[in-house]
Amino acid sequence: MAGKTLYDKLWESHLVELRDDGTALIYIDRHLIHEVTSPQAFEGLRLAGRRPWRRDANLAVPDHNVPTEASERAGGVAGIVDAVSRLQVQTLGDNCQAFDIVEIPINDIRQGIVHVVGPETGATLPGMTVVCGDSHTSTHGALGALAHGIGTSEVEHVLATQCLIQRKMKNLRVRVEGQLTPGVTAKDMALAIIGTIGTAGGTGFAIEFAGEAVQALSMEGRMTLCNMSIEAGARMGMVAVDQVTIDYVKGRPYAPSGALWDQAEAYWRTLHSDADAVFDREVVLMAEDIKPQVTWGTSPEMVLPVDASVPTVDGQADEVSKSSVKRALEYMGLQGGQAITDIKLDRVFIGSCTNSRIEDIREAAAIAKGRKVAANVIQAMVVPGSGEVKAQAEREGLHTILLEAGFEWREPGCSMCLAMNADKLGSGEHCASTSNRNFEGRQGIGGRTHLVSPGMAAAAAIAGHFVDVREFGGRA
Amino acid sequence: MKPFGELNGLAAPMDRANVDTDVIIPKQFLKSIKRSGFGPNLFDELRYLDEGQPDSDNSQRPLNADFPLNFERYQGAEILLARSNFGCGSSREHAPWALTDYGFRAIIAPSFADIFHSNCFKNGLLPVVLDADVVSILFDEMYATEGYRLAIDLQAQTVTTPSGSVYEFEVDAFRKDCLLKGLDDIGLTLEQSPAIRAFEEKWRAASPWLFDVIK
Repeated sequence: MAGKTLYDKLWESHLVELRDDGTALIYIDRHLIHEVTSPQAFEGLRLAGRRPWRRDANLAVPDHNVPTEASERAGGVAGIVDAVSRLQVQTLGDNCQAFDIVEIPINDIRQGIVHVVGPETGATLPGMTVVCGDSHTSTHGALGALAHGIGTSEVEHVLATQCLIQRKMKNLRVRVEGQLTPGVTAKDMALAIIGTIGTAGGTGFAIEFAGEAVQALSMEGRMTLCNMSIEAGARMGMVAVDQVTIDYVKGRPYAPSGALWDQAEAYWRTLHSDADAVFDREVVLMAEDIKPQVTWGTSPEMVLPVDASVPTVDGQADEVSKSSVKRALEYMGLQGGQAITDIKLDRVFIGSCTNSRIEDIREAAAIAKGRKVAANVIQAMVVPGSGEVKAQAEREGLHTILLEAGFEWREPGCSMCLAMNADKLGSGEHCASTSNRNFEGRQGIGGRTHLVSPGMAAAAAIAGHFVDVREFGGRA
Repeated sequence: MKPFGELNGLAAPMDRANVDTDVIIPKQFLKSIKRSGFGPNLFDELRYLDEGQPDSDNSQRPLNADFPLNFERYQGAEILLARSNFGCGSSREHAPWALTDYGFRAIIAPSFADIFHSNCFKNGLLPVVLDADVVSILFDEMYATEGYRLAIDLQAQTVTTPSGSVYEFEVDAFRKDCLLKGLDDIGLTLEQSPAIRAFEEKWRAASPWLFDVIK
């Protein structure tokens, strides 16, 4: 009999019931909650007269709507200027109180983007099933957890039953072999994978990221990689537990200690695919071939190495591709054949659940050090992923480097990744962004998003247009 | 949930691949704490010429005359014809809420994104997967025929065109049953409470570090 994949092991360990029709009841260990996708779920519980099944499985934190300007932030929930946003953040607090759920409030140092907060506090641990009403919940798979986004009906379902009705996914292993070259990061790896398999390439699959280059990544890098699984169509992405995972988890506030730690660690070390495990599909990339990536279009699969040129409509094979490239070029205001490095930037955003961890801030600061943001860049903002990341960066003096270079240094939140708060692009503006989606209007109506790594974003801010970070110098 | 059995409805186009949930319902409308009222803002950025806000009076806003859902011939449509990977991106259930609030009851496409696909079933919205070539035929026929209606029979798992062509589709048996009967998932799962409790006790004994930590 063939061995088991990491996903098989995580699935089987949480199986409450497997039905004849192939659907299964899966137990959920951790449910993370934020203000945007939860109010209707709590309302559903209220209407049906139901209570949460297990309160200690839940942890809530507001992130999508929170202001990132220090002055507005200082006023707490009551200080949020946008009345609709304020009501939503307030409603989260009210619901958590009514249903006895622990909430990290807006100006607590632990507050931040839910996918940064989970691993950082130890609320997310290896071997868990983790869900949240947010598609980037795949991030938590970096710890060797089975983690994925759910809709609001499922948020209500998990609250009420601690379970989800699911059907097992197929197994896809993406191996990145060899070593990344200097200046190339987990973000470039994620974009290169999406460029290879497409935005629907992972649909129906659970992805395991493996191979020498993945194992060489830090936990922060693995989170960046797993975060973008959903941009490849896969609800979940994961990385096997190894020493890097164990070292990261140790000492986190919600992680076990003492004898429980030893027991947990012994179990966590079994969380990897068996040598003879069979995958339904396997994709292999060579790390040496991956260059810094830049998206040019309106889907994450519209991505190219920084030294390439924007594609032409005529170069497309079929009518559907021709029309989507034509539409993307028009929306992005680009000419087919134009060099990526000729794209000028109006704004730069360094942040989001993809790239707002300490390593990302360090990467940006190393490029910014002793330099100035170009005159044509209206705004370059750095939004740390949590209060803890912000405090750590400030201890290292990174904020001073960034501020001296002309970057803004903000309070933690989702910010311009999806522009639900005041941070957004104007129509027609080009933005070098470390976030995860370059969809039309995502960062503001008419806004033009180019997805890049933090180093590439910082270098673009300094140069005023895209440049190859590897030729830019100044890396740490 | 509203049950879904048979539908004979007018079809309308969303003729491009990778339609994401940001396009289906833009972020500014996600600030609502309600489940209803998203229909007027479905495809907001494509449908209107100005920038919509949650407090906008949509009846006073300038419509984009080039957007098919604004065409007279597609008014009252209940079936959306779409291309591959429909509903990709954000997990927001506001997307199916907006589609159903507008009046759609089924979407036909060559493929759907996983989370969106699952969210549809929770809201009585049927996602029908047909072969890309078949979807192209339906698009062509729809463009050529004003008042183009399709008949969808969930029990039989068929889509029938006005000329009588019948296309079969696959659907998960459990989801089909829930949709046919309009069943509430949570109520069904709670019937399994003893099994959940038994699992939980076993799991607590095996992994005590997962319990009673956040309090």
